[in-house]
Amino acid sequence: MTNNGRPRTLFEKVWDAHTVRDQSEDSPAVLYIDLHLVHEVTSPQAFSMLRERGLRVRRPDLTIGTMDHSTPTTPRNELGIIPVADAMAAKQLDTFTQNCGDFGIPMYALGDEHQGIVHVIGPEKGLTQPGMTIVCGDSHTSTHGAFGALAFGIGTSEVGHVLATQTLLQNKPKTMAVNVEGKLEEGVTAKDIILAIIARIGIGGGTGHVFEYRGEAIRGLSMEGRMTVCNMSIEGGARAGMIAPDDTTFEYISGRKYAPSSADWDAALADWGRLPTDDGAAYDQEITLRAEELIPMITYGTNPGMGMPITAAVPAPDEERDYNKKIALDKALAYMDLQPGQQLLGKPIDVVFIGSCTNSRISDLRQAAKFIEGRQVAESVRMMVVPGSQQVKRQAESEGLDAVFRAAGAEWREAGCSMCIAMNGDQLEPGQYAVSTSNRNFEGRQGKGGRTFLASPLTAAASAVAGVVSDPRAML
Amino acid sequence: MEKVKHIQGTIVAIPVNDIDTDQIIPARFLKVTDKDGLGKAAFCDWRYLDDGSTPNPDFILNNPAYAGASVLIAGNNFGCGSSREHAPWALIGAGFKAVISTEFADIFRNNALKNGLLPIIVDEETQEQLFSLADEDPSTSVSVDVDAQRLTLPDGRQIQFPLDGFSKYCLLNGVDQLGYLLNLDDEVRDYEARNPQRVATTA
Repeated sequence: MTNNGRPRTLFEKVWDAHTVRDQSEDSPAVLYIDLHLVHEVTSPQAFSMLRERGLRVRRPDLTIGTMDHSTPTTPRNELGIIPVADAMAAKQLDTFTQNCGDFGIPMYALGDEHQGIVHVIGPEKGLTQPGMTIVCGDSHTSTHGAFGALAFGIGTSEVGHVLATQTLLQNKPKTMAVNVEGKLEEGVTAKDIILAIIARIGIGGGTGHVFEYRGEAIRGLSMEGRMTVCNMSIEGGARAGMIAPDDTTFEYISGRKYAPSSADWDAALADWGRLPTDDGAAYDQEITLRAEELIPMITYGTNPGMGMPITAAVPAPDEERDYNKKIALDKALAYMDLQPGQQLLGKPIDVVFIGSCTNSRISDLRQAAKFIEGRQVAESVRMMVVPGSQQVKRQAESEGLDAVFRAAGAEWREAGCSMCIAMNGDQLEPGQYAVSTSNRNFEGRQGKGGRTFLASPLTAAASAVAGVVSDPRAML
Repeated sequence: MEKVKHIQGTIVAIPVNDIDTDQIIPARFLKVTDKDGLGKAAFCDWRYLDDGSTPNPDFILNNPAYAGASVLIAGNNFGCGSSREHAPWALIGAGFKAVISTEFADIFRNNALKNGLLPIIVDEETQEQLFSLADEDPSTSVSVDVDAQRLTLPDGRQIQFPLDGFSKYCLLNGVDQLGYLLNLDDEVRDYEARNPQRVATTA
């Protein structure tokens, strides 16, 4: 599909198909939004804005809500209810229920069988489809780009704009091709790919850009692996990351609740088949990684760009030539209480967290459970497993994964964001070290004073068993 | 939104790269349902000692000499991380009217502009000069002319900064973008008529 014969990228095709008004010297483009996901934390002030102006939600039928960020993940009580202990969180959840009810937005509340992390439920319900524009007041909306959608996080004012008009004002971003060629070795996963990309380009390396992940190793990933990669695009500074849809994508979508019905399926497939980047289309930037060269990755610092192969040593600030980077590294190592040149392998840990919109899907849980089965979580380690949605939880339980985790000594929880953002009481104590499958290792992100090593579910499971940071390849 | 035409104020520097939104406002303060009172949560975990209430004497915003500063000079890539608009709300609540850095994360920059908090991009040399000025003399004041996209340093040096025409128009006139979008209703209807909806969440 070309536009006046000019080859276009996947991103350009989706962008062009959604411009209500083109970008001009005077104003940004006006972009139509196909799907708006809302949650309790970044929406209340947007609904207030609508109320103040007497506006309605223009398209409740293109909007869906779920509770995830401030929800507890503790077990249900004898009434089948998951009690909210925190009064402010309870008020926020009540406000969300009220807002969705008043404005006619379908919503999955705490306790609902469909509730879950917003970026887990969109794809699992078949709402996330190729070629769509998808937004949410959450930076990890980039996840949905795994389907060839243009999906990005927005602020609360913009949530209000989309609620009221189904459009957004956007300046057209640049594009960056991120090629991952070759095949992954055993024990190396999608999470390691994205941590390696971010370590290479840095946390601001993609600012102003949309990534398109390409290459044999990306094509070889499952949809859930692709979601893990796209999820962390924002940690490389890119608001969105996309992957061209292919048979893997179509197979995943087929038969899901909101997937095109059989009558519409062939037409949808024909449309989606035209989305991949045309031969000869140009990107503003391009980088290439070799999959065979990757090994399990881990972060050592206080942003996701501070990552390294798990067998490497913590870098030395004195060897950093850029003064500002040296200062940042000094500060990060002080917070993490790590020494330059130190190996992380063998470092004792306190907590292992498997969950978050990055790594809480069924394949993540299967991978961790397979590793854990027949082994025990180390005495000194608290391991939490938090499924991304109630649907993932039920699936895992039907496969007996919960029993595997429990038998090993891990906690099996209700669905939610949990310790990734530590808003709901699931958090690290000051000074604790965690190996976490989440997406951010910022200071205090998982609890004030807590220290996070980001890694794959496999590395997390291996570390839980050993009680220290461990390379899963040695234990497979 | 109030009109933002000129900004004049003293500066304070946090010369740290990649200040993320979890530092600007930790997630535990996001359980609010309005925008009020977030200023006291700005940089909370840097501002207070481990007990959460004793001011950290080493943190620059606790130094009385910098009280009342309204222009923040920050390290590269300010505002990376989450989409929380609570970050600009907290900075505004803490008295800031502008942030100066070499680069801003995309979502933060968008959020800041929608709230009248001006993100000013300068080169590294200017950033270094401002770090030094702030360090040497807490009474250092800068002025900003939004229409001219010009930052004036105490020595009279003038620096142009980028600002897209639309954001500038909105700042100068105190217009918010929602009004603009609401006026496009006919065009949106045309678009919807030409493009059938992809999914129906209410189905």
